[in-house]
Amino acid sequence: MDLGLPPPEAYLDHAASTPTRPEVVEAMLPWLTEHFGNPSGSHARARAARRAVDEAREPVAELLGCAPGEVVFTSGGTEADDLAINGVLDAVGGRAVCSAIEHHAVLDPVLHRGGATVAVDAVGVVDLDDLSRQLVNTDEAPVSLVSVMAANNEVGTIQPLDAVAAVVARHAPDAVLHTDAVQAAAWCDLRQLASAAALVSLSGHKIGGPKGVGALAVRPGVAVAARLRGGGQERGRRSGTHNVAGIVGLGVAADLVLTHRDATAARMTSLRDELESVVTSVPGVVATVGRDGAARPSRLPTICHVCVQGVSSEALLFLLDDAGIAASAASSCASGATEASHVLAAMGVTSEQARGSLRFSLGWTSDEVVVERVAAALPDAVARLRLLDVPSRAGER
Amino acid sequence: MSIAHDRRVMVAMSGGVDSSVAAALLVEDGFDVVGVTLRLWGGESDSGCCAVSDVEDARRVAQQLDIDHHVFNLADEFTQHVVQPYVDDHAAGRTPNPCIECNRHLKFDRLLNRARALGFERVATGHHARVVTLGDGTHRLARGADAAKDQSYVLYMLNQEALGRVTFPVGDMTKDQVRARATELGLRTADKPDSQDVCFITSASGRQGFLTQRVELHPGRLVDTSGEEVGSVEAVELVTVGQRRGLGLSGSGEYRFAVAVDVPSRTVTVGTLDELEVATTTVRQLEWTDQPVTGAFAVQASAHGTPVPANLVSAEDGSLEVRWGTPVRRIAPGQSLVFYDQGPHGEVVVGGGVAT
Repeated sequence: MDLGLPPPEAYLDHAASTPTRPEVVEAMLPWLTEHFGNPSGSHARARAARRAVDEAREPVAELLGCAPGEVVFTSGGTEADDLAINGVLDAVGGRAVCSAIEHHAVLDPVLHRGGATVAVDAVGVVDLDDLSRQLVNTDEAPVSLVSVMAANNEVGTIQPLDAVAAVVARHAPDAVLHTDAVQAAAWCDLRQLASAAALVSLSGHKIGGPKGVGALAVRPGVAVAARLRGGGQERGRRSGTHNVAGIVGLGVAADLVLTHRDATAARMTSLRDELESVVTSVPGVVATVGRDGAARPSRLPTICHVCVQGVSSEALLFLLDDAGIAASAASSCASGATEASHVLAAMGVTSEQARGSLRFSLGWTSDEVVVERVAAALPDAVARLRLLDVPSRAGER
Repeated sequence: MSIAHDRRVMVAMSGGVDSSVAAALLVEDGFDVVGVTLRLWGGESDSGCCAVSDVEDARRVAQQLDIDHHVFNLADEFTQHVVQPYVDDHAAGRTPNPCIECNRHLKFDRLLNRARALGFERVATGHHARVVTLGDGTHRLARGADAAKDQSYVLYMLNQEALGRVTFPVGDMTKDQVRARATELGLRTADKPDSQDVCFITSASGRQGFLTQRVELHPGRLVDTSGEEVGSVEAVELVTVGQRRGLGLSGSGEYRFAVAVDVPSRTVTVGTLDELEVATTTVRQLEWTDQPVTGAFAVQASAHGTPVPANLVSAEDGSLEVRWGTPVRRIAPGQSLVFYDQGPHGEVVVGGGVAT
């Protein structure tokens, strides 16, 4: 019987936020209810909370590839990025540079502090020659911080961080390398990928943990000035009462990633390939990475990014949403309107192509059904918009 | 995807009280309503439809009504069809009406197209106007019930196809009734002031500040109708035909008005009220509600102006001559003239165009 209810949602926006793992929620609940103590106190209840925070620090450190004492818990990925960038600049001065395809959480503070961006190629890999040029540029203050994300949130390109680190070591040996690993953390072994970075950012809700919690790994000897001063938590690097439940949740999520990552990533890769093949079989739909026949770099197993010719993303997302498919375009501005993507622009995607940008991102709950759902809805939606969603021709006679 | 059906309405929600109540009334009437806010202007703004706080108001009202709300970014098309022509018109010494161009291109062309593409045959807005259907099945745009708030003038471009698809739920209410209804429903926009002026121009920098950043403004000479120089202006592009104040000519006897603006020669011609008045005005870019008409109609020259009886005569070059029943002050080129007919539903629009 048709009750007029929408079909079950096909959730393809895991890069925006992935469902919280049930184990995470279960582990968090006591810390929101009976175990309400402040970990900075000395009584039994406080010590219990302190222990929960200390225990959560271990899997998070393991995920980040650092020692537990090097983990600074934050309110999320953005705060981790902010602490890395502003913390280093405040501590040692100098200038920051970052790749042109960083998340706004990195890009905006770098530009705000007078920093510059490093070009990327057509598939979104940072241009090492351009990085060298910027590092040896003596017209400006010396570079003290280089920030290059581990994997891009829009198109999924994984950066060659070892090579980046080698360039930094050669031209700016005193500079610190930061990597925003918010998207990579669920899928890549950061112990290898990010081993060359002195600072690594993590976010809870991209790896099956809760929103409002994240972490920054700070390797020994890296000077990072605190942004929040007060109670001196996190060895004085980040004051503020610990978000105990959030930190516990982040710990469990990190543990689950470490256990399941390789198997899930393999499953995602084949699902993504299938999805990409279905999506790009629609006429005028082109995979963004490798669009001109360029060799594909390593990329996240979960992101399928395409440009749909002759279609506006926001209208396409509306129709997909109507069909119960949750996807995304580029970033949204404060009003909620879609905006042109600086990532696609840096990769040389024209604004006309970028107008129809569409990102499907998979995650730990994804299965074959999402591919079927997209295959059933996308071709008609695209055809309908090309026919009907046309510019104003009023006054043209 | 057989998604279009009669009960689906897309309502354009600006974040103001009129469109909030429009959405609420449609929900009450059992329609399947989706609210959309158009993001039109990406630049600075303090007055109108584009600010983040207005989007937030629209979204909160939609949430209160339990309907979906989306934002469409039509900023590029707004620039192309409204802002750039506004700048170009001023640069050429004309006096454009950007709200009309926005209705012509964005609200009632682009949005109608998009609505249909997304499965919505019907589009609603919070305009104060009414769509009436005549015995022969054709539609007319009638004035809103609140004479002081009537917006039929800025909607004159709606043709049969558009009128068949749009609905104005607050068109038969007075503004006071709309506000009372919003208060009754507890809508957060109930006491929000009406939007004023042009949405993309801030009160801080004004029209002059806006244009200065986009086009070169030139000082000019003021001459009288005999050609004698009588003064100067800072920017000829900012003078509107019919303007009296701001010409530096007050206190010298008879009032004098700008009667012509010629940008290439940087000259503004001024004249007395007699010299300002004209017996005819030529209209181009004609839009007809149904069929083109000629003959006796009432003609309105501004959003809340008084309609004047006139005879419409078509000219050989495709333009239309408005022969005024009694002389009127010269219409600034770029302004729209809207033709009204008296019918069983009160005054209805039959067409309009832009004065040359």
